[in-house]
Amino acid sequence: MLLIPCPYCGNRPEIEFAYGGEAHVVRAADPRKEDDAAWTEFLYFRKNPRGDHAERWRHAFGCGRFFNVKRNTYTDHIEASYRIGETLP
Amino acid sequence: MDNLAETTSLSRLFALSGQAGDRRCRPVTGGARFSLRVKQASLGAAGEALGLDLTGPINRAVSSGQRTALRLGPDEWLLLLAEADAASVAASLAQRLTDGLYSLADISHRQTGIALEGAAVTDLLNGGCPLDFDLAAFPVGMATRTIFFKAEIVLWRQDTARFHMEVWRSFAPYVWSLLANVGREYAD
Ligand SMILES: [Zn+2]
Repeated sequence: MLLIPCPYCGNRPEIEFAYGGEAHVVRAADPRKEDDAAWTEFLYFRKNPRGDHAERWRHAFGCGRFFNVKRNTYTDHIEASYRIGETLP
Repeated sequence: MDNLAETTSLSRLFALSGQAGDRRCRPVTGGARFSLRVKQASLGAAGEALGLDLTGPINRAVSSGQRTALRLGPDEWLLLLAEADAASVAASLAQRLTDGLYSLADISHRQTGIALEGAAVTDLLNGGCPLDFDLAAFPVGMATRTIFFKAEIVLWRQDTARFHMEVWRSFAPYVWSLLANVGREYAD
């Protein structure tokens, strides 16, 4: 079983977590000023890399917190986990 | 207020009454429970109001007399109290936390308790919960929200071979029967 390091609880089994998609996708402060292309990009387009990926997870069956993880999507190796608001290490 | 019907408080229907279970599992009836959310800045005052030190680490229990607080998250506690104590807790928190920046929700009837005791309880729990129950990883006094098969539970290790489990009452018969199923594999 994959162990995911929660920044609050430490290493916990994957089954306790819920995946939250790519991290650091910033919503425009005023979406009305976005053109269709930029808004479409924000809504629908993600990097989906084969390799290092910054992504959100929530410790749903644990502390309940959202946090970010830097995971390699090819090897599943997790390099770092960090709290919401912190920058990618 | 004249148009409100007079109601009397009924005793709680117990979620597990009459259901056979594993002999190491015992239903815990009654008790009051609160979900408490407090910001870091108010921890001292909230702790004084409750008579419990809330500044301790996450996933740990602190007890004083009949009151227990399980720190389930950075700003979330599950309070376990005697039923007679419930009203005074709400009042003393309201008195101390005058800025009102906290939440206290009465969840007494949302969940029910199961006590597990015996040499094989960690095997029993591992039947449906993936946590490592080695004493180094899950010491006495640790308490956390986790999962048992598909149900959310809260587990509190009260002693090496004694746990208290909190389950939402509608999930309780499910958890109870699965504990009995897993228990068939363990003799003692
Ligand atoms: Zn956590």
